[in-house]
Amino acid sequence: MRIGVVTFPGSLDDRDAQRAARAAGAEAVALWHGDTSLSGVDAVVLPGGFSYGDYLRCGAIARFAPIMTEVIAAAKGGMPTLGICNGFQILCESHLLPGALVRNDRRKFVCRDQRLRVENASTAWTSAYDAGQEIVIPLKNGEGGFIADDETLDRLEGEGQVVVRYLDGNPNGSYRDIAGICNEAGNVVGLMPHPEHAIETLVGPTTDGLGFFTSVLRVAVS
Amino acid sequence: MSRVVVDVMPKQAILDPQGQAVHGALGRLGFAGISEVRLGKRFELEVDGELTEERLAEVRCAAETLLANTVIEDFTVRVEAAG
Repeated sequence: MRIGVVTFPGSLDDRDAQRAARAAGAEAVALWHGDTSLSGVDAVVLPGGFSYGDYLRCGAIARFAPIMTEVIAAAKGGMPTLGICNGFQILCESHLLPGALVRNDRRKFVCRDQRLRVENASTAWTSAYDAGQEIVIPLKNGEGGFIADDETLDRLEGEGQVVVRYLDGNPNGSYRDIAGICNEAGNVVGLMPHPEHAIETLVGPTTDGLGFFTSVLRVAVS
Repeated sequence: MSRVVVDVMPKQAILDPQGQAVHGALGRLGFAGISEVRLGKRFELEVDGELTEERLAEVRCAAETLLANTVIEDFTVRVEAAG
């Protein structure tokens, strides 16, 4: 399986996402924001960082990068697509996921090991987990507050589109402690915490994040 | 050439931490009697040629597409009188 990782100007975590893909057993394919082709990959990761300097709004300019035309079409067509942190912001700005990410309610950049509960273990990126499983992976963001109107939040809850939820305190004011969501089909997932930073104990708090990447391999096999 | 101003503001229902931070600072500096501060963005667009209704509609479209995220922000478009 080939997992493409898009590098935008200002991406920081693209190399870590590539490593995580390889650790899970996939071939990592580097994609460039100016590309107009997905090079035949089977899944796409939009990594963390500060695409285009996060000028205007986080992810707002990246959403119009040439490669996003292909990513949006492929995601709508069912390709597994994962947005982590800045990638989550890009998915919301692209309207592939509902809602928006706004500045943390405490006005501070938050960096900590974050406990989460996997609420939905049937998405393309979470099938390696059990529903209700608790994991610890790093969180680092300044604009990670997930917000949407009540109608959208109720729909996300009702349709099982809340994928991961914050435990041990809400770090950024996200509505209903939501840390990550998916689209209706479950192939597009966005989350603020960083599973790619928790794939080996040498440099991460746990190996809990690896499941996101092994999950998508199962999709390819099945 | 005409100047069109697009003002983008966080929606009233949305928490505005930047505005709150400024509000707190104003209070600490002794500027009393300010009950709320909301902080937004102002875009000044220089539009070539005559500013027809069509051109203005394009600017509104640009504001809605890129300049504002209408999930969290409201925007207004107005023509600034030539100085």
